[in-house]
Amino acid sequence: MEYVNPLTGFRVDGRRPNEMRQLKGEVGVVARADGSALFEMGNTRVIAAVYGPREVQNKGQQVNSKDALVRCEYRMADFSTGDRRRKPKGDRRSTEISLVIRQTMEASILTHLMPRSQIDIFVQVLQADGGTRAACINAATLALADAGIPMRDIVTSCSADLNYIEDSAGGPDVTVGFLTKMDKVTLLQMDAKLPMDTFETVMDLAIEGCKAIANYIREVLLENTKRLECQRDH
Amino acid sequence: MLQSKTFVKKTRAGRVQKVVREHYLRDDISCGAASCSTCGAVEHPLSADAAAILVVDTNVVLHQGVELGIPEADVLRALLQIDLLENPAIDDVVLLSVVLDEVKNKNLAVFNRIKALCSNKARRFFVFTNEHHRDTYVKEMVGESPNDRNDRAIRVATRWYQSHLGENVKVLLITNDRDNKRKAIEEGINAETVESYVRSLAQPGLLDLVVVSTSGDVTMEDVEDLRPSKKKVIYSEHKPMSEITAGLRCGIYHQGKLRVNRYNPFEAYVGSESIGDEIVIHGRSNMNRAFDGDIVAVELLPQDQWHESKSFIADDDEDDEEDVHLAPNTADDAPRKANPTQSTAASSADSVSSRPVGRVVGIIKRNWNSYCGSLEPMPMPAGSGGVAHALFVSKDRRIPKIRIQTRQLGNLLDKRIIVAVDSWDVLSRYPSGHYVVLIENDINTRPFSTQVLACLPPLPWTLSPEDLANPDRQDLRHVRVFSVDPPVLDLGLLDIADVTNFVHPGTPLDEEASQRGTSVYLVGQRIDMLPKPLTEDVCSLRADVERLAFSVIWEMTPHADIISTRYTKSVIKSCAAMSYVEAQARMDDSRLVDPLTVDLRNLNSLAKIMRNRRCERGALTLASAEVKFEIDSETHDPLDIGIYQIREANQMIEEFMLAANISVAEKILKHFPLCSLLRRHPSPTKEMLEPLLRTASSVGLNLDVSSSKALAESLDNAKNDDPYFNKLIRILATRCMTQAVYFCSGDLTFSEYYHYGLAASLYTHFTSPIRRYADVIVHRLLAAALEIAKLPPLFQDGPQLTGVADNLNYRHRNAQMASRASVELHTLIYFRTRPMDTEARIVKIKANGFIVFVPKFGIEGPIYLTPKGDKGGDWVVDEVHQRVTKPGTNVSYAVLQTVMIHMEHFSQMDKPAECDEIVEWNFCSVAQNISDMNTVDQSVRAKEAIRNDDHHTAETKERMPLWSRWVNIGRLAYRCSWRGHR
Repeated sequence: MEYVNPLTGFRVDGRRPNEMRQLKGEVGVVARADGSALFEMGNTRVIAAVYGPREVQNKGQQVNSKDALVRCEYRMADFSTGDRRRKPKGDRRSTEISLVIRQTMEASILTHLMPRSQIDIFVQVLQADGGTRAACINAATLALADAGIPMRDIVTSCSADLNYIEDSAGGPDVTVGFLTKMDKVTLLQMDAKLPMDTFETVMDLAIEGCKAIANYIREVLLENTKRLECQRDH
Repeated sequence: MLQSKTFVKKTRAGRVQKVVREHYLRDDISCGAASCSTCGAVEHPLSADAAAILVVDTNVVLHQGVELGIPEADVLRALLQIDLLENPAIDDVVLLSVVLDEVKNKNLAVFNRIKALCSNKARRFFVFTNEHHRDTYVKEMVGESPNDRNDRAIRVATRWYQSHLGENVKVLLITNDRDNKRKAIEEGINAETVESYVRSLAQPGLLDLVVVSTSGDVTMEDVEDLRPSKKKVIYSEHKPMSEITAGLRCGIYHQGKLRVNRYNPFEAYVGSESIGDEIVIHGRSNMNRAFDGDIVAVELLPQDQWHESKSFIADDDEDDEEDVHLAPNTADDAPRKANPTQSTAASSADSVSSRPVGRVVGIIKRNWNSYCGSLEPMPMPAGSGGVAHALFVSKDRRIPKIRIQTRQLGNLLDKRIIVAVDSWDVLSRYPSGHYVVLIENDINTRPFSTQVLACLPPLPWTLSPEDLANPDRQDLRHVRVFSVDPPVLDLGLLDIADVTNFVHPGTPLDEEASQRGTSVYLVGQRIDMLPKPLTEDVCSLRADVERLAFSVIWEMTPHADIISTRYTKSVIKSCAAMSYVEAQARMDDSRLVDPLTVDLRNLNSLAKIMRNRRCERGALTLASAEVKFEIDSETHDPLDIGIYQIREANQMIEEFMLAANISVAEKILKHFPLCSLLRRHPSPTKEMLEPLLRTASSVGLNLDVSSSKALAESLDNAKNDDPYFNKLIRILATRCMTQAVYFCSGDLTFSEYYHYGLAASLYTHFTSPIRRYADVIVHRLLAAALEIAKLPPLFQDGPQLTGVADNLNYRHRNAQMASRASVELHTLIYFRTRPMDTEARIVKIKANGFIVFVPKFGIEGPIYLTPKGDKGGDWVVDEVHQRVTKPGTNVSYAVLQTVMIHMEHFSQMDKPAECDEIVEWNFCSVAQNISDMNTVDQSVRAKEAIRNDDHHTAETKERMPLWSRWVNIGRLAYRCSWRGHR
C-alpha cells in the first residue's frame, strides 16, 4: 500500500507528505460549561467542555487534598463514524483514551493552585476520521484555556504516520503530546513497530506539527480575547 | 500555501456506506512544462525524478510545436496502447492522475508499466495531478456517469494546459473515444485518435503497435474482403453475463478453468466443481473462442452426443489437418487419470463416454496473454510496405493461430515474435492480435539502461584505502587462496565475491537485478543479471589482483569436523585461478608437490569425508543428463555434443559450497527468524513417485521411498549387469522430484524448511551473488546479522519479501526452461546435418508408442507405433510389466529396454515418404539474438525399419506423411531401427 503516490508526491487527499490537515478551532460553543471548544482537524471534529474548578463531588476519589482532581470523560458519538453502531460507554478503548487525555492535561494544569477542587473535562467526538486522540487533546486544551484554568503551557498534540515520510507498508500511528514553550513531550503513543532511525524522523515531524497547532491555538485564543474585550467595551 | 477544501462523497457497494473524504485542491501543482514560467517559480512539487522530467521537457520549448499528447485510458483497447507508449518515438506525454487511477483500477499490470515509464528519467512522461489542481478539478454533475465525468475532467485539463502554456505550444488530446473526441473539438481542443496521430508521425514500424480498433474500422473490412468465404458466423455468440450468472446459479451452466490438451489443441477440459468431474470439450466451435486458462461457463451436451468426439474434430479442422496428435488418453497431462486407459479402441470409447461433454457458452474471465511464436510462411504480398495480414502460429500448440496486421512483414517472417491478443469475434476463425516484441520465457535480454550503468563503481576499479581501513573488513591477502571456477578457497576458507559492496539496495542497479533474478545460461551465450564490468572484472576473483570478498572461515579437524565457523567481509588476493579441469589435473598429477596442489588434495580429502557424511544423512545423488556443446565460433552451429562430465574437482567445490550455504542459512535464520530468505525442497508426494515405482517394479526392482535416506539407499542398490541401469534409474528419480524453491522464513513453519534432496533441515543460496539475486539478498542478511550493515527496509515487509522470493522462483524456472530450450534448439541444429543411428532407452510406455531417451545426447522423444489418428491400434499395453506388444507377433517393447533408433532431420516442405512408426517431438526453441532463425525451420524425421530379435527387417506397414505446420520449430522424429536386449 502506497500512502504517497511516488509519481506525483501527493497523498490520496492531495496533501504533500509533510502537510497537516486543515485546522479549525472555536471556543465557547457550550454556553452552560465553564469553558468549551470545538476543534477540527480535517474531517475529525471534537467538542470539549470543561467544568470547574469546583468542589470535589466524590470525596473518595480525592487522592491528594493539596492538588486539584482532574477527571476526564471521552466519548464517541454514535453518529461519528460511517456505520451507525452503538458505542458502549466505558469500553476499553474509550477508557484508555480518557486516561491518556487526563494524564496529558494533568501535566499542564497547575493543580497545586487549586487544592480540594475538581476539574471535569468532557470530550465528545462528533466526527471521527482518524487522529481523534490528538484532536481531543487539542480541544481539551482550548476548552481549559477558555475556562481560565491556569496551565503551565499550551499542550498540543499531533499524530504522524510513518507514511508521511516513506511509503513503507503498515501505518504506524504515532501520537505525540507536546508542551511547546517548555519543549517537553508529555505523551507518546505508538501502535506499531518502527525502525529506530525512521522513528526519529517521524517524531520530529510530529513535534513540528504540535508547534504549528500551538501557534494556531494561540491565534484562536487571541481572537477570542479580542472579541471579549470588544464586548466589554460596549 | 493556499488550500481550499471540498467534500467528495462516495458510496461504496456492498454494505452501502457513505464515505466522506477530504479533497484538497491546490494551486501549486506544476504543469511540468519547462516553457511555463509561473509553475517553476513555486517550490518545485516533484523531487529528483520530476526535476529530470522538467529538464527533458526543455525540448518542448526548443522544438516549437512538439506535441504534448494526452492519452486517454478510456477503453481497454486504449490501455493496451502501452506497447506504443513504451516506444521511444512517443514522448512528451502528460498523464493525468485521473487516467492513472482508471488504469490502475482496470489493469494493474499496465499500470505498473506506466509507472515504470513515468519514473524512467530517459522518457519525458509527466504525471499531472489534475484532480487536486484548483483549476482542473471537476465535480460530478447530477446524472453524469463516472466515465463521462472522467472524460470531462480530461478535456478540462487539456484545455487548461492549452490556455496555461499559451498558443505557441500545441496541446493535443489523443483519444480513441469518438464521443470524447467530438466533444473536445467542439470545445476547441485539438484532438486526434491514436491511429491518426501515429500516422502523422510517419513511422511505419509504430503503426503495428497500434491496436486495431474492432468497431467497424476500415482495416477490419479489408480482412473480411480477403477471405470472403469466411464471412459467416463461425462461432455462436457468448451469452451475456447476467444470463451466465443466472445459469450458474440454477445449475444449467458450469464454471471452471479451461485447459487445452497439450497434445491435441482441439480437445479441452474444464474442471468443474459443480459436477465434480472434468467436462470434455471437443473442437474449436464448442470451445467457442476460449483460450487455455480462461474461466469459462460450460453447458453440458445431451448425453447421446457424448460419443461424437471425432466428428467434431473433423468438422473444424480444415487447414489444421496436418497436425499429428498424440492420442490424448495417453498424454502426460490427461487429467485425473492415474492409469490412462489405453490399448484398444473399445476401451478408449468407453472412457470417453463416461466423461461429460459440453460446450462453452460464455467466458467469465479471459486469460489473454502475449504469446511467442512466428508467422506462418506466406508469399510477400504485392506492393510490400503496405498493410499485410498474416497468421501467427504460437509456439504453444494450445493457442490457436492469431491473425495480425503488419506493415513490416518482410522483417517479421522467419523471426520469433511475441503477439498480444486483442479480440476474437464470432465472424472470424482466428483471434486477431498485434505484434509486440521479441522476448520469450519472460527473460529480459535488453541491454542495461544508463541509469543502471551509472550505479557501477568507476572503472578500472582498484582497492581503495577506505576499504582496507574498514574495521569490518578483514585483510586476508597474506593467506594463500586460489580459485577453482567461481569461488575462492583455502584450507577451511571459502570466499565469495562481495557483490553487495557494489550493488546497494534501492538503486536502479539493484532493482534491475532483482527483476532479472538470475543470469540465464544459453548454449554459447549468457544473459547477465548484473552488467559485465561487475561480473567479469570487479566481482570476478581473478588471479593476482586484490578483490573484495565475503568469507566463510571454518576451522576443521582432518576428519572434517567443523570446530568453528566465522563470517567476515574481507580483502583477498587469489594466487591462482583454475578451471575444474585444471584443478583436477593438478590433483591427479602425482609428480606435483607444490603447496597449491597439496592444498587442493587436502581439500579434496575433506570434501570426500563431508560428502560421505552427507550421503549417510540421506542426501540423494540424483542424475541428469547435462550436455555440452562445442560451438562453431563463426556460424554458431554446434560441432559436437556430449554429456557434461562431472569431475572430482566439481564435487569438491560443490561440497564446500553446500557447507557454506547451510551454515549461512543457520546464521541468518538465528538472527532473523521471520525474514530470512531460504531455499527448501519439498518432499515428493506418493503420486509423484508413482511412475518411478511402476517402472522399477516392472523390471523387478523394489524402491523404498519412505524417506530420502531410504530412497538414496535403494537407489544405490539398484544395480544389475547393465552399467547404465543405475544412472537411468537416477535420472527417472530426478524427474519425480519437486522443484526446490526460495521462500521467506516467516511464511512457513520450521518443519517445512526441509531440503529433501540435500537432507538438510536448512538451506539457502549464498555462493553465487553474481548470477543469482537470492544470494545478493542472503549476503545482505548475513551482513546485517554480523552487524556490518543495516538491514534494508525490504526485510521489514513480509509480503514484499515473499513477492521477491516468488519472483526469484519464477525467474529461476524460466531461466532453466530457456537454457533447456536452448540446448534442444542446438541439438536440433546439430542433427540437421548428421542423421544417425544411436542407442536409446525406453523410459515410458504409451498406448500408441513409447518415449525414448538418448543417453549420449541427453535428449528424449516419443516414438509412434501407430499412424496418426489411430489411438491404440493393434498394440496391447501390459500395465504391470510396462510393455507394449503386438498381438500375434513376438514384437514387444518394454520399459528400460535398449533400442536402436534412427534420427534424421528433414526440411518442412519435404514430406517423408515412408514412415509408419513415427513419433514427433516438438522443440521449444528460445529467443536468442539469432537473426538467422530460419535455419531452424526444419523438422527431423526418421526412417525406420523395425527389426526383431533375429534382426529381421519387418515389413513396412502403413505410410503416413509427417508434416509440420510449426514454423521455426524443429521436430525430431525418431524411429526404432532395431531393438535388442542387452
